[in-house]
Order: sequence, then C-alpha cells, then structure tokens
Amino acid sequence: MLENIRLSLQGLWSHKMRSFLTMLGIIIGIAAIIAIVSTIKGTNEQIKENLIGSGDNTVNVQLYQGDNTYEIDYYGVPDGVPVITEETRQQILGLDHIENASLYTSRETYNAVYYLNTGMSGGKVCGIDRNYLNTCNYIIKQGRGFTDSDYKKFRKVAVLDESSAETLFQGADPIGKTIEIQREPFIVIGIIAKSSRFEPVINTIEEYYTYAESSSGAVYVPDTAWPLLFGYDEPQSLILKLDKVDNMTVAGKDAANILNAGLNVSDDTMKYKAADLLKQAEDIQKLSQSTNTMLIWIAGISLLVGGIGVMNIMLVSVTERTQEIGLKKAIGARKGKILGQFLTEAAVLTSLGGLIGVIVGIVLAEVISRVTSTLVSISVPASILAVVFSMAIGIIFGLLPSYKAANLNPIDALRHE
Amino acid sequence: MILDLQNIFKDYQQDKLVVPVLKDVSLKVEEGEYVAIMGPSGSGKTTLMNIIGCLDRPTSGTYQLAGEDVLKCKDKDMSDLRLRSIGFVFQSFQLLARQSALENVALPLSYAGIKKKERKERAAQALERVGLGDRLTFKPTQLSGGQKQRVAIARAMVNNPKILLADEPTGALDSKSGEQIMELFQKLNEEGVTIVMITHDPKIASRAKRIVHIIDGIITEGDSEEAENE
Repeated sequence: MLENIRLSLQGLWSHKMRSFLTMLGIIIGIAAIIAIVSTIKGTNEQIKENLIGSGDNTVNVQLYQGDNTYEIDYYGVPDGVPVITEETRQQILGLDHIENASLYTSRETYNAVYYLNTGMSGGKVCGIDRNYLNTCNYIIKQGRGFTDSDYKKFRKVAVLDESSAETLFQGADPIGKTIEIQREPFIVIGIIAKSSRFEPVINTIEEYYTYAESSSGAVYVPDTAWPLLFGYDEPQSLILKLDKVDNMTVAGKDAANILNAGLNVSDDTMKYKAADLLKQAEDIQKLSQSTNTMLIWIAGISLLVGGIGVMNIMLVSVTERTQEIGLKKAIGARKGKILGQFLTEAAVLTSLGGLIGVIVGIVLAEVISRVTSTLVSISVPASILAVVFSMAIGIIFGLLPSYKAANLNPIDALRHE
Repeated sequence: MILDLQNIFKDYQQDKLVVPVLKDVSLKVEEGEYVAIMGPSGSGKTTLMNIIGCLDRPTSGTYQLAGEDVLKCKDKDMSDLRLRSIGFVFQSFQLLARQSALENVALPLSYAGIKKKERKERAAQALERVGLGDRLTFKPTQLSGGQKQRVAIARAMVNNPKILLADEPTGALDSKSGEQIMELFQKLNEEGVTIVMITHDPKIASRAKRIVHIIDGIITEGDSEEAENE
C-alpha cells in the first residue's frame, strides 16, 4: 500500500502540470466549501455570542403566563405561586451543571426611582438574595456590596449598576447619597459592574434590535427590604450560573421543572420557564442556513466536475500505460493488484487536491474575514471530512478507469504501441 | 516433465470465419531442456507461446505445467502460475522506463508478497547473475539494448521459474549483443534452467539443444543440424 502511494506520488510528480490541472476542480470545490462552512460557523458563533455574552453562563428562570413573563405590575400577586424556599434552592443547586443559583424579585420601575429631581424613566428594581451578585459575575466597582447585617436588619440600602448611576447622578459621586424608591428613602452604598464587559458585534440595524439590551439600568436592594416596597409574597425569579454555555437548555429546564412542581395554579399556562437563549440563537441561525446550504450544493457541483476530470485523465493514463499494464499482468500481477494501483493513484491525486483545497479554503476564509470584518471559524472536523470526501471522489471516479486497466488482455496490451 | 501439451487446437474468430491457428499440437519438454520453437510468421508460434505462457487458453486440448492442469485454472490462478512458474523474456524488453534496473527486476517479487529488503537482495543477485551487478541503479534509458535484455532476463529469473520463455529475445538487438544474450542463455541452461525460445531465425534456433518446427499450426520435430541445413 505504502509502496503504491509512493509510486503514485512519483507518477503524479512526473506529470506535474497535468496533475495540477486535474486537481484544480477538486481544489476549487473543496476550497469553496471550506470557506463557506467557515463563514457559516463564524456567523453562528457570533450570533450565539451576541445573545449569550462571553463567559457569563447565566440563565434566568422566570414565571411565565403563556408566552410572556408574568406581569405582576398589572395582575398583582398570583394565587398558588408559593415563595421559593431555601430547600428548593438547595435542591436546584444539586442538579447537574449548576454552579450557583440565586433568587430575586424584580419590578419595572416607571418613575419609581428618584435622586433629587432626577428620575429613572425605565429600568428595574430588583430584590436580591445574598448570592446574587456573585452568581451574576458582578463586581463592586465603588463602595461596598450588601452585608449579612444589611439583610438581617432590613436596612434600606441600594446598589446601582453603572447605567442607573449615570442616569441618576450624571457623574456625581453616588456613594452615601439617598435615593427614593417607591417613596422610601434608600442609601446608595455601592456601584457594580459586570466582571467581564461584553459588547455584541452589531453590523446591521436588525442586529441592533436583536442584541442590544435596554441600557436603562437597574437598582438592587436586599430581598429582605423588598416587602417595604412591594409585597413579600411576590413571585420570585431564579438565576442560574452554569459550568458551560452549552448546558443552558438542559439545566434551565431541569430547574424550571422543580419550581413547577411546587405550583398550584388554576391557569395551566402559568409556569416557570428558562429563557432559552441557545434555542433563540439557533432560530436566528436557521434563518441564514438555507441560503448557505444552497451555496454548498453549488460548490458540490464543482467537485462533481472535478471528479469527472479525474476520471478522464485516469482513462488517458490507462491508455498511455497499456504496455506497462500488459507487462505487469504477464509477469503475474493479479487483477486486484492493477486495480489497487490505479485506484490508489486516483485517490492520492484527489486527496492531495482536497488537502490543497482545504488550505486554500482556510486562506480564503481569513481573507473574507478581513474584508467583511465578520467572524470566521475554521472547522477541523469539516476539514478532515473534506479530505476524506476528496479521497472518496478519487476512488469513485477512478473505479471505471482502474477496472478497465485491470481487465486488459495482456496479449493485446503488450502488443499495444 | 515440465511441459506437456496434448492435442492442442486453437481457433480464432475473424468476422464470421473461424480461422484455425493450431491444429493438433502436442509437445513435451523435460526439465533442463533448451528448446527452440521455430517457424515463419503466421505459423502459429506466437499463439503457441501465449498458451505455454498461460496468457491464452486453447480451444481444446490438455496442458500440464509441472504437473498442474493449467486449463482447469481460474484467471487468478493463471496469474499465479505466470508469477511463479514462468519467466518471460520479450523481444522489446518491456522494462518500466521510470524505474531502475533493480526496481524492474524486483517487480515480480513484490507481486509474490516478498518483503522489501529481501526483494532488493534477490533482485541484486539476479542482476549479478546476468552480469549487471554494477548497473543496479541505472534507468533503462541509460542502458544499451543488450543490457536491457539482460535486465529483462534477470527479471524473468528472479522468482526461480520452472521455465524461461523467450519470444525472439534477440530480435531487437544487433548481432554482437544478440550473441552475448545467446551465450547467457547457454550459461543459464548449463546451470539447469529449462528454456523455451521462440524464433524465426535459424541461426538463433541452432543454439538450442532441440528444435521444434511449426508450420501452419502443425509441429514437426527436428534436431539442430537439420535446422542449420535448411
């Protein structure tokens, strides 16, 4: 076998120009496919990253009514939705893939938060438990976070994120200042920020609507102080921190199932659901998929043409080497040996073409990436598959010429000039 | 008995006409013999050689090669017979142009499934035996006609065949190198190699120990002197 490959390479090398031209069809086809696949993969990863953020790995599990989150501002506290206990939280923490879990309540604010005369027109107020900031990867940028005694003593203290701090204080130092939430005074003790900032890559206005979060900010208070503002028995939401982004869907579902088991509601559309960003990303990806699939088919036609070129050149090669084949058969080469020799030659030719095609495709993908400033991602399995597929093309299209060679009559073949 | 052909008939179909080429040919060759099959072109000698060489099958008759019934063999077994029992020497040498003398001689060994190292050793020995021990790495284009034919003889001998089958071995050579090839044949025969040679040249045929004439597909035996008198 190795001997055959060595001889094939020798043969191909002695007809450099012809071999290269024969491979060209395969090279172009494979290069096009690799470039397209890399671009698709890059785009998909971009979509996923835009939606999910980098290294965040958090999932929100919230109470839904039908397809929307439950609107407590309009409907009030629902019946049959129990307060989630510490035991339930521990149970959820025991699930696979979940590294941390925190409970929080939240309300849209609509002019509920003020500092002096400045109000926050949007955004939300959240009552958070002791783990929340940690679970969400927040760090204290300024001041301090909530302490145990803040929780125990029901202190009216608040932490702002950068966006709400900017809206309310417009550059002034907020620490120690008193703000008003639902007509209750709260002292600002800290400013928080995400530990890793993530800006989605936005190229079009559609993407802006899809990915850009509302930047109106949030105000956080200890969940023990929440009943001073709103009801103590309001439906809670759960935020999960996971080991990996890819486990979002499954872990979110598991946690929601545990919470749903405790529900006792008459409306059976009222359920806890995980905000499944992975699925959302996949849905967006699917939209762009169909056009790309078509491109791959078109590139596939190039491979077909390339394969026919290989067959053609192999037939020429068999005719050229009729005498050689005749001699080999006369001195005792079995049909299988001759078949193997020509099949190997065809497979080596196209595998080499495939390999060069992959390299050209990667270069092409990088160029596309530079020119259009989109993300491309080289797929190693796709590259390997491409080379194997090229080899298969060689074997399939080499079959007819090889078969012809193997079945030559040695007497006639030896006499051939 | 190495070769035993009995009542061999061979017909060719030409359009709707059946052309008989061999008509009841019987031939026996013992081990160590040196036989020349002689005849003019169109006499059927090439057809006979193809049958002896297991390249073609007769229309009817029996053929035993070293005790094996050749005509009952399948194509695959015919290949193996050619590989192990017959060494071919052709008029036009039939060497692979891109490969060295050593690689050319080693070719049948690779079909016999012999390891690379042993192939090289045995091919080198075979080339030594035909007097080309110093030309191992030469390509056919770098060799003279006589040397090429020696390489071909080394290739034919490398698997230690039962018979050496030569088809006009000096046909493409000048008389001097032809003479050298004939000397080599004689030497090989003296070493015990059975040789069957096909030729139309009485001078060449006279070098064999026994001459068989074939005319119009019919065989007549005669000794060397007779051939020379013709």
